[in-house]
Amino acid sequence: MTSAAAAASGAHAAPHPGAPPLPEGLVAFVKRECPTCALVEPVLRKLAAAGALTVYTQDDPAFPSGLGPVDDRELSVSWHHRIEAVPTLIRVVGGAEAARAVGWHRGEWEAVSGRRGLGAGLPELRPGCGSRSEDPALAPKLAARFGAGRLRARRVELAELEDESEALFARGWSDGLPVVAPTEERVLAMLEGTTRDPQQVVAVVPPDLVPCTVEKVAINAVLAGCRPEHLPVVLAALEAACTDAFNAHGILATTMPVGPVLIVNGPIRRALGMNSGRNVFGQGNRANLAIGRALALVVRNVGGGRPGEVDRATFGNPGKLSFCFAEDEEGSPWEPLSVSLGAPAGASTVTLFAGEGPRCIVDQLSRDPESLARSFAGCLRALHHPKIAVAFDCVLAVGPEHSRVFREAGWSRKQLLERLHALLQLPGDELVRGAGGIAEGLPESVRGASIPKFRPGGLLLVHCGGEAGLFSAMIGGWAGGPLGSTPVWKEIGP
Amino acid sequence: MSDVQRRIVLDPTSERHAATRPRLARLPSLAGRTLGLLDISKARGDVFLDRLASLLRERGAAVRRYRKPTFTKPAPVDLRQEIAVHCDAVVEALAD
Repeated sequence: MTSAAAAASGAHAAPHPGAPPLPEGLVAFVKRECPTCALVEPVLRKLAAAGALTVYTQDDPAFPSGLGPVDDRELSVSWHHRIEAVPTLIRVVGGAEAARAVGWHRGEWEAVSGRRGLGAGLPELRPGCGSRSEDPALAPKLAARFGAGRLRARRVELAELEDESEALFARGWSDGLPVVAPTEERVLAMLEGTTRDPQQVVAVVPPDLVPCTVEKVAINAVLAGCRPEHLPVVLAALEAACTDAFNAHGILATTMPVGPVLIVNGPIRRALGMNSGRNVFGQGNRANLAIGRALALVVRNVGGGRPGEVDRATFGNPGKLSFCFAEDEEGSPWEPLSVSLGAPAGASTVTLFAGEGPRCIVDQLSRDPESLARSFAGCLRALHHPKIAVAFDCVLAVGPEHSRVFREAGWSRKQLLERLHALLQLPGDELVRGAGGIAEGLPESVRGASIPKFRPGGLLLVHCGGEAGLFSAMIGGWAGGPLGSTPVWKEIGP
Repeated sequence: MSDVQRRIVLDPTSERHAATRPRLARLPSLAGRTLGLLDISKARGDVFLDRLASLLRERGAAVRRYRKPTFTKPAPVDLRQEIAVHCDAVVEALAD
């Protein structure tokens, strides 16, 4: 009875934008092929005799006879008002829906209509039939026909003889792999993944500094192969990427091999089935791959950031196609990365880091934290160049078989970071230009001083990877800090 | 049924092309002109620009020096405006 009370009390979704207004009084939606609709025909006659009743019919314009039904075979009224089953009875007051009953239920119909003694001789309850506007074969077409007015993007018609996949390559919309054709139906379905208005501007995307709407993000998410539920992550990632702190323009334009690396925290990881375990940086998980790819495609297609043009990378890296993964929070000895950066515990977030491809750290013998920390420090020192310091940030991805060592020793995230920073205080004498017979290095002024490899906050710890393998990984960064790029996190909204 | 055959996709781009602007005409001579030298803050850019400055002065040009705060970001609008107001031409140094 709880659901009946909810249905009759008017707990229903708002109509689609642009819905034709319903007439005042009682409104019923029916179709002749539905036995329950035939069953309630006498009830509809009684209601019509007692006051204002308008009946919309979905299949036979003559049904129910004598009640002057309105022909809704085009299903415009049914679709716009989100009729899910027939019969549906709605009370309209002041042009707005006040209450709705779905199927036949005497108590609900009496509550909605305000009339007692309805349907004498009828059973108390009889479920209805699916509304034709919900027919799986029709619904996507109806959404495109009636909802496409919400979409402002330019329509591009493919020629009859064009292969669809080839046509999208030919227009320059691909990153080099096949993309999914962004049809009206698919883009409208994608937009169901967010509550945000399609025309809302998400961010101003470099390098062309183009205001980018939710709709344009959705189109590129379709290209990338996203599901609608992935869209909120892409939107938050784009907001993070287009901040002055993250500096997406510089990351795109640099000759260094970095691109956006997306790290997802919070409950949405599980909801989307994201990978934080085996092969975490590799192939095989749709959410990981499609979300990262969608962000890259927005920068390419909306921002105009294309390789060889503003993107001047000497080498680039395969992660510039997509580099997105989730943190293994459940198996981690530490609080999530997002929380360590200031995000509320339990929030779903995406953190952006300007990073290159991952590189493996092997240590199969260390069983105490000091030894393992020294292994990490030895590998981290060589990042980009063993004689260059306070220049580049880094994400250190600690695998489960390594994190166990720190868990058993009771080392916190902060403790490990402090130890690494201490181990990575480098003697200036080894770093100066010419030292070790290497011209590269820091200016003579560092001689005699102790220089940190990483700026404060320039080394990030994340926990991920498969359960077997005494490995960790490092993701080298770019010019770190306010003069280059700072990691940025955003909460993922609805 | 032709409607069914039509395949419509939505344009994923910004739907605009960057405005193309004609380049200014090349200066006929450097004599008496003011040239801006913009150091983008890359290593050894100053070495390159120092040499360039002396060569330009030998040819009768006045030289003004500018510097971007960081090579990783576009030059601030104010800096670009200052160069445009004071200089007839600008040389941007990209060095490593």
